[in-house]
Amino acid sequence: MTERTAVSPEHLLFEAPREKRYLIGNEALAEAVKRANVDVVPVYPITPQSEVSHLCGDLWAGGFIGDYYRGEDELHVMVAAMGAATGGARVFTATSGPGTLRGMEAIACWSGYRLPLVCAFMGRGVGTPANIQPDSVEVAYLLETGMMIFHAEHAQDLFDMTLQAYAIAEQPEVHVPVAVFVDGFFVTHSRETVELPPDHLMLHRYDPAVAPVPAMDMEAVPVRMARDCLVIKSNFISYNANASWQQEVWAAHQRARKHIDRLMGGLVEVTHPGAEILLVASGSAAAQARAAVEAARAEGLDVGLLKLRTIRPFPEAEIAALTEGAQVILIPEYNLNGWLAREVLSRIDRHSRVFAGPRVFAGMTMAPELILDEIRRLAPARGTKEAP
Amino acid sequence: MNATPSPYRVRPGPEAFLAPAAATRGVVLPEPGQGLVEGLPVPEDDALEAIAQKLVAARNPTLFPGPQILWARSPRGLAKAAALLELAAAVPGLRLIPMPDYRPKYPRIHPDREINPNHPNLTIWHNEIDVCLFAGVHCHYANIALKIIRASTPCYTIALCGERGHEDAMITLRDADAATIGRLTRAVERARKGAHHD
Repeated sequence: MTERTAVSPEHLLFEAPREKRYLIGNEALAEAVKRANVDVVPVYPITPQSEVSHLCGDLWAGGFIGDYYRGEDELHVMVAAMGAATGGARVFTATSGPGTLRGMEAIACWSGYRLPLVCAFMGRGVGTPANIQPDSVEVAYLLETGMMIFHAEHAQDLFDMTLQAYAIAEQPEVHVPVAVFVDGFFVTHSRETVELPPDHLMLHRYDPAVAPVPAMDMEAVPVRMARDCLVIKSNFISYNANASWQQEVWAAHQRARKHIDRLMGGLVEVTHPGAEILLVASGSAAAQARAAVEAARAEGLDVGLLKLRTIRPFPEAEIAALTEGAQVILIPEYNLNGWLAREVLSRIDRHSRVFAGPRVFAGMTMAPELILDEIRRLAPARGTKEAP
Repeated sequence: MNATPSPYRVRPGPEAFLAPAAATRGVVLPEPGQGLVEGLPVPEDDALEAIAQKLVAARNPTLFPGPQILWARSPRGLAKAAALLELAAAVPGLRLIPMPDYRPKYPRIHPDREINPNHPNLTIWHNEIDVCLFAGVHCHYANIALKIIRASTPCYTIALCGERGHEDAMITLRDADAATIGRLTRAVERARKGAHHD
């Protein structure tokens, strides 16, 4: 293996030269793990994530990650990830759909333990009926876990966000896990151009000495008793401690904002700000919305796109400010229930402006024309200055 | 989107049955070279002076050294511990009550001898502490304790944080090492003489 060099996140993300590669999303994700200087990868394969599970095994064989094994199932994997991270290791894992729900008991504990691990959620349907098709409903299950959630639009986002996730999560004042969510198949199995820094560069090692909680080291005082689980001892502490603990997790999300601004360019990306018709979307829906926006503008319609890079922390101030002047707001989504529309509607006023759609799900494709039809339908009636 | 300081002020309580985390009310941690005084960023020197004034005027000032001080083995930790002892000697009547670990204490805590992040208010109440200093407490546990104290006691809280600081303290430093604490000791000595740093 080539001699490797540890560098700062800023160098890896912004300064190192990049080479174009033609990769599917799963390969792009593995390339990020290769450069993340990860200590432990416990993982269990599940469609559409299976290939990255396999590729992480190859990375271990190549000496790019410290330890790797396939767990018995996702609950095992997510508990193992928790254990490794509690011991002060940098951890990566990935899963999809039903695997997310199987591991949820452990996943929901990660933030409370203040673990800066990164998990890629490669979204697919989870049921109703059972299927393996693309669907972003999985995000709805993750919203209140205390994880930060980044939503990748394409393979380049997936690569960059995975490295950004470590750099942000490991800040001492943040130190909560990151879910890097990507729409299964649309990104995981689609080949596109991705720009990568050299693979002899990697992030510096994670330093648990600056963590806001002590790493679990049974040999060192005072840690032997430092991480007693509150639920076990909850009769002996004030309920205020439990409540304050939860508040602290969500406070950490707010502290992450300045690092998201610095390393990701902000919680949102806006195209054609100030447009009369604004599309608000994330992930693959943002990609389809982007194409629809350009088609609509070619027809003379005043349309813009507000892409949400992060779902947690939710960019409520950004959305409130950037939607203020919009006369029509569309929120296209790849799920039936519209978790993003609910999130947006709870943060803005004048709801009559909002068309909470279009939505497709369970593997259906949201062609840009579908969004464009809605833009055309809404523009004459509600969306232009000349409209009655 | 956080360009203007939050109107929320981090002041002594009792504030509420369940106080908010100051970060969720828009209070932002200080940048390098700054501290926070009641939620507002100020130059570090100003924060040091404000801490010194609070300590000198206190009726029952108390230092809570945490595990990073009490169990320190690194040269950095040992130097910080020594600096804290110098500070303790400079502040009239300063008490030391340790936070040796973070485990919930049962069947009961001994509030005269220790403080615990899961119920720090018991130690504040029992000892009638009006100004307290946190040092060497891991940030997560310090934040929990600071918020509970603000929620349920009138104690003025100060954090000498070695990392990024604490929004939930009424005054916080960041990157506070032995040298910073030494400067605080000098500020206390000046305050005792009635002199201010200029």
